[in-house]
Amino acid sequence: MSVAEAEGGKRSSFLAFDKLGVLIALIIVAGALMPFTIFRANRIVLGEGRSLIEALDPVMTLVLCAVLIAGFVVALWRVDTRAKLVVGFMVLAVLAINVGLSADYLTPEENNFSRISPGAGFWLLTFAFALMVADALTRLRFKAWTRLGILAAVAAAVAVLLWSGTLDNLSILREYATRADAFWQEARMHLLLAFGAVAIAILVGVPLGIFCYRTPSVRAAILNVLNIVQTIPSIALFGLLIAPLAWVALHVPGARAIGISGIGTAPALVALFFYSLLPIVANTVVGLQSVPEAANDAAKGMGMTDRQRLWAVELPLAFPVILTGIRIVLVQDIGLATIAALIGGGGFGVFVFQGIGQTAMDLVLLGAVPTVALAFAAAVVLDAIVEMVSTPERPK
Amino acid sequence: MIELKDLTKTYGDTTVVDAVSFTVEAGEICVIVGTSGSGKTTLMRMINRLVEPTSGQVLIDGEDTRKVAPFELRRRIGYAIQGHGLFPHRTVGQNIGTVPGLLNWEKERTRKRVDELMRLFQLDPDQFRDRLPSELSGGQQQRVGVARALAAEPNILLMDEPFGALDPVIRAKAQDDLLGIQRKFKTTIVLVTHDMEEAIHLGTRIAVMDAGQLLQYATPEEIIANPATDFVAELIGGDRPFRLLSLDRVADHVEQGEAEGTPIEARLSLREAYAECLWSGREALPVVDNGKTIGRISRAELARKAARPQ
Ligand SMILES: Nc1ncnc2c1ncn2[C@@H]1O[C@H](COP(=O)(O)OP(=O)(O)OP(=O)(O)O)[C@@H](O)[C@H]1O
Ligand SMILES: [Mg+2]
Repeated sequence: MSVAEAEGGKRSSFLAFDKLGVLIALIIVAGALMPFTIFRANRIVLGEGRSLIEALDPVMTLVLCAVLIAGFVVALWRVDTRAKLVVGFMVLAVLAINVGLSADYLTPEENNFSRISPGAGFWLLTFAFALMVADALTRLRFKAWTRLGILAAVAAAVAVLLWSGTLDNLSILREYATRADAFWQEARMHLLLAFGAVAIAILVGVPLGIFCYRTPSVRAAILNVLNIVQTIPSIALFGLLIAPLAWVALHVPGARAIGISGIGTAPALVALFFYSLLPIVANTVVGLQSVPEAANDAAKGMGMTDRQRLWAVELPLAFPVILTGIRIVLVQDIGLATIAALIGGGGFGVFVFQGIGQTAMDLVLLGAVPTVALAFAAAVVLDAIVEMVSTPERPK
Repeated sequence: MIELKDLTKTYGDTTVVDAVSFTVEAGEICVIVGTSGSGKTTLMRMINRLVEPTSGQVLIDGEDTRKVAPFELRRRIGYAIQGHGLFPHRTVGQNIGTVPGLLNWEKERTRKRVDELMRLFQLDPDQFRDRLPSELSGGQQQRVGVARALAAEPNILLMDEPFGALDPVIRAKAQDDLLGIQRKFKTTIVLVTHDMEEAIHLGTRIAVMDAGQLLQYATPEEIIANPATDFVAELIGGDRPFRLLSLDRVADHVEQGEAEGTPIEARLSLREAYAECLWSGREALPVVDNGKTIGRISRAELARKAARPQ
């Protein structure tokens, strides 16, 4: 064997590194060096970081380090994608359990004021392995049902983790413990705002989209108006609605009785509805436009009335595109509903803004984490549904 | 019976169909031929009002089509659209059952009809019924399109290049099936094609279109013998004698007597008989029908048949 060949061999084994894996590995190293958890004597003082070695009892430190090294190796080397997925999920579970154990370990006896929250190191490590899992999931191209199954399994694992009490000493759950009732109350409100706005937007937007499609003369005008609405900054839109709705509440009999007022849930719902309209109307129009001309022609030629054609041909063929619009809007509204709290609309935003007011980051997280999780779950579920309802293309 | 009276269609300044009049008798097959863009599809679509005429009228069995709601008119007229136009989200079975569904047929009756049509067009129902159109070959899609047009047993059938995507063998089979159905149900058919061979084979009468105008409307014999214009002659092409021969069947020209060699089937065309004479170098061929020799056909007689009719 010649020298050149030997070098070539070395070269290719070096290239066997996973490219994204190198990035993930670097993040893992950084995460391992940064504070794993943060200790504070009470809720609002500045925290002190605790490194991996300080944050856990020696045995657990060893276990965690071993797991992280294993994860590092799997991330860096080009191994089977399934292996990456499984290892990624396992490391994430170990991280979650350990951050809870760290809270138990660091909380002084009989001390109810000290707070332990996840540190930059924990977040970076979580991010690194979440990236590894997400990349593996994308590459494995699971079927829709499999993806829903994985989502359900992850949700179940999180539920078990929370229910078991492993994480109870973490500050975010301490914040939860003191306001559990309010949490579920705001959770319901958040869901009501997001899903309510999307539901109304579907009821209004799909017919409006059909109308725009059938009447090209008004199509551009309506879409332009909706476009402008979309560009109004959200806080401004919430603000803009206060005056007119307050006026309605004062002057329209019965309006107040059904909950309309300048501040509160009504303007929040209306604002979210306005934001939801453009994607739904636009996607309805695009979806209908994408219906093959020949299918429409055949439907007419066989004697379908316009209404029959709409239900039997146009809407079913446009449905996946309309559903994509609904997905965009739902994920967007779950996020935007947070801002509703600013005008007294409720939702998880209540904790975010209270937390900002009190400089209590844990409280901010109590509002932010469920919002992100909800948006993520909605995206996965709707993506799966879009895939299931799309007419399969013949692989050519 | 379909009567077209002075049918004209203009888009802006261009006249796409220009004052076309002709009558298709009940139970006849009218084949419209012409170059691409000559207005064949437009003319046909004015019959079921998918295109509204600029002027002129269409009468079906004496009744003006404008007196009926378009969707009711169209449910009575089968329509096989150019390039199949199947619904991509519906299975083959659902596609074929579309018009029966619109007419509220009972499920069982629709199912039976769908299976019957699929078998007629060489598509095994159990294998193809639940497939989506994207899971079929181009030729299979086209056959489903034709089956769909036939589903509700319409009296009138409009077909826009229905066999364009079929290979010669399946095409010949499909043409014969269509002729069979047409004879059985006395369906009146208007069929558009590019293919003169197909027009001569299927047509009771042929309508030749060019640039929106009807150049000639006559029986295949007449068109071959006396093309109205140079364009019509060009469309028929140089092998007019053979086209003429292809019109008649051996059965109708059997003479008494005997001949040597492999016999020819009585149901074949004179053209095939002539080709066989030339190929085997024989002056006459024995003719068999159902395995029984019924006489012979001679090369001289065939040559006489191929000459221009007086
Ligand atoms: N909706 C329309 N608007 C404007 N012009 C049209 C329209 N439909 C058809 N045409 C024009 O009318 C002419 C005839 O079209 P038609 O579809 O009837 O042709 P055709 O004979 O069926 O052609 P082909 O054999 O290619 O199918 C063409 O020049 C076409 O461009
Ligand atoms: Mg055409």
